[in-house]
Amino acid sequence: MREAFRLYFRYIGVSIRSQMQYRASFLMLSAGHFVATGIEFLGMWVLFDRFRSLGEWSLREVALFYGIVNIAFAIAEAVVRGFDTFSWMVKSGEFDRLLLRPRSTVLQLAGQELQLMRVGRLLQGVFVLFWAASALEVVWSAAKLALVFASVVGGACLFGGLFVLQATLAFWTTETLEIVNTVTYGGVETAQYPLTIYRRWFRRFFTFLVPLASFTYLPALAILDRTSAYGVPAFVAWAAPTVGVLFLVVSFQVWKIGVRHYRSTGS
Amino acid sequence: MRAYWAVVSARLRMLLQYRAVALAGFGTQVFWGLIRVMIFDAFYRSTNAPQPMTYEDVVTYVWLGQAFLVLILWGVESDIRQMIRSGTVAYELLRPLDLYTFWFSRSLATRSAPMLLRAVPMFVVAGLCFGMRPPPSLAFAVLWVIATVGALFLACALTTLLSISLFWTISGEGLARIVPSLVAILSGMIVPLPLFPDWARDALDFLPFRGLVDVPFRIYLGHIPLEEIAPLLFHQAMWTAAIVLLGRWMLARGARRLVVQGG
Amino acid sequence: MSLIAVENLVKTFRVAEHAPGMWGALRGVLRRRYRTVRALDGISFSVEPGELVGYIGPNGAGKSTTVKILAGILVPDSGRCEVLGRVPWKERIATVSRIGVVFGQRTQLWWDLPVIESFDLLGDIYRVPKANYRRARDELVALLDLEPLLDVPVRQLSLGQRMRCDIAASLLHAPSLLYLDEPTIGLDAVLKPAVREFLLRLNRERGVTVILTTHDMDDIEALCTRVIVIGQGRILSDGALEDLRARVTRERWLIVDLVDADGEIADPDAAMMRREGYRVHLRFDPDRISAAALINRITARHAVRDLFVQNPPIEEIIARLYGKSWQ
Repeated sequence: MREAFRLYFRYIGVSIRSQMQYRASFLMLSAGHFVATGIEFLGMWVLFDRFRSLGEWSLREVALFYGIVNIAFAIAEAVVRGFDTFSWMVKSGEFDRLLLRPRSTVLQLAGQELQLMRVGRLLQGVFVLFWAASALEVVWSAAKLALVFASVVGGACLFGGLFVLQATLAFWTTETLEIVNTVTYGGVETAQYPLTIYRRWFRRFFTFLVPLASFTYLPALAILDRTSAYGVPAFVAWAAPTVGVLFLVVSFQVWKIGVRHYRSTGS
Repeated sequence: MRAYWAVVSARLRMLLQYRAVALAGFGTQVFWGLIRVMIFDAFYRSTNAPQPMTYEDVVTYVWLGQAFLVLILWGVESDIRQMIRSGTVAYELLRPLDLYTFWFSRSLATRSAPMLLRAVPMFVVAGLCFGMRPPPSLAFAVLWVIATVGALFLACALTTLLSISLFWTISGEGLARIVPSLVAILSGMIVPLPLFPDWARDALDFLPFRGLVDVPFRIYLGHIPLEEIAPLLFHQAMWTAAIVLLGRWMLARGARRLVVQGG
Repeated sequence: MSLIAVENLVKTFRVAEHAPGMWGALRGVLRRRYRTVRALDGISFSVEPGELVGYIGPNGAGKSTTVKILAGILVPDSGRCEVLGRVPWKERIATVSRIGVVFGQRTQLWWDLPVIESFDLLGDIYRVPKANYRRARDELVALLDLEPLLDVPVRQLSLGQRMRCDIAASLLHAPSLLYLDEPTIGLDAVLKPAVREFLLRLNRERGVTVILTTHDMDDIEALCTRVIVIGQGRILSDGALEDLRARVTRERWLIVDLVDADGEIADPDAAMMRREGYRVHLRFDPDRISAAALINRITARHAVRDLFVQNPPIEEIIARLYGKSWQ
């Protein structure tokens, strides 16, 4: 297992080195990404400036959601984007080459690329999170900090799992991968705000089917010392981020099914 | 003119072929529209104070935004970027045609097709299902069409300017990535301009970007009184002209720079 | 025990059918039609350690399908197969770690990396012990003359250079079995014999079992003592090259260059196959008339500038196996 990680980091090193070869371009890409994602927060700020509050939530509290979601998404994008090239690989037959190597396909695909430019989204998420954390009237304890950290990890796993599922679709069709973007990018848009503000079917979708709530709304209840309107017991709020990790594990199983399908039908 | 139509119809046909992609993209946009509407709904319900725009207006505004998203969705045409990077643009400059006009009309053609293709079904779906309302009168509708055509020209002028900025390589590349995001927010696509803080209004009203989204959308809504529309169209046209002139000037400078630098 | 044992492998594919025209395309979006292609229709053979086998057949015959199944990346519908004592598709990782595969048209090296870095990465991927890796690498670099190429990114290599690097890469982990798919395609006249020489030595001196799929009949003539011919998913022939030739036809060919471009050749014992200007291709049955007798007859009756006798080329042999003629 440790050996697999070593190989993964070796792969990543290759990717990082080739990106750093174009240093200026990397800086430009990251800066551009920073601005492109940061304007979302600007929009949020404008709306709060105009409307003062969002139901029972203040800007500082919503900023907490924003920060966690963006950091989690940035990590997932940076790490799992190697799977993006996958549909091209299936079409061109390059995927066979991966199967001919005595390593798991997940390791090889994840190791293909670590997108450094995603640091743009990461940074603006970090800034917003720190601002929110410092401005909030919350008693910060080690436990709460750990929960924030766990939420980010859980979120990164969940988004990562969605990207893996999106790539897995390429085993069956090369066309409707766009659909999953509604859930990933749409998910980011959605989870930046507390889920309580949405319609019921929407809430249910993003709680049970694509469990965004597990690393945003539910942990936030514990962090902000709020009680839920839906009668959610306290321990759920603390344990919720593990759902994201489970989601990722399930995605890998689905991926394996996809590989099995590929191996019995050719390409 | 005929060349323009040829490119538009070719693009249309190409986009129609990728029907699954088009459908999925459409579905994504409907989803986004719904998210935005729900967010606005939650904000409006938080307060009883009167706002510069009514909720119903904002709903229509959001769907107009999805229909005409292509107006602010820019990338520099990848082959133009390649051309400038590799220096082969020098051949283009040698040709006996006006490179600026060529790039501009190309931009126009490649934007018109996706715009029509996305706007029509979005109007139908949003109008029937999601509470999108038609313009209050024929006068407003006609003026809206004029303003939208103006917005299209303005968008093309801006993207052509961005392409030309690539002559200055690195700084041009950075610009090409940052500017579209700034335009998105300053045009009113992310949040309608009337909802911005009052102290920002003067600057926002002066900048050209409102001509892309704010002006045509609010004409559609009847949010702008008829007598105030003409100056806004004028604002749009003047900025377009200014940016076109700037673009032409920069192209000449950039071409000279290329020749001096040796590509 | 055989290195490779294949028994009654069957593999079918579903291929989507595209109806023509606009209406067909529309229907295609709603409901896809499929037709089944029987890529492998019950093939059986076995390979002993140390053999150098040619695996030939026309395009679409099932060659790559067979190789993919043997490599464990494709699962057959039915039949048994064992490679190096394992069922390849059931133990993919164990199988692929002991075989090498070279695709003539696709590289296994990383496009942007210098060759040596690809080698190092592969050494890691195949878990080759450091000392073994260094030894194998140095040997292969020396044998294939790769020293000047080591720091060059793969994308800058010519086809011939890349092919040599690919062959070296496939051997870094000292596999006992090597599959080569069109290894000499696109190589120049100097490089082809060099690669063939290398493969021969690999087989004779190191005992590496080699399975070679190729369209280049010179490769087959030079390298393979045993040839398996596959066509339309079935094994048509399996044995020594000479036996194959003899099995199909005993005829021989006589190529005659006439002085006169529109001279006519007619002979009761020789059939004309083709004519190109002043060159005439004839075939005859050596049991009916000996080559010497035929040559005498023809030179007596026609003005001949040059002539030569040859065996029908492999392409013709194979085409005959399906009852068509290559000519």
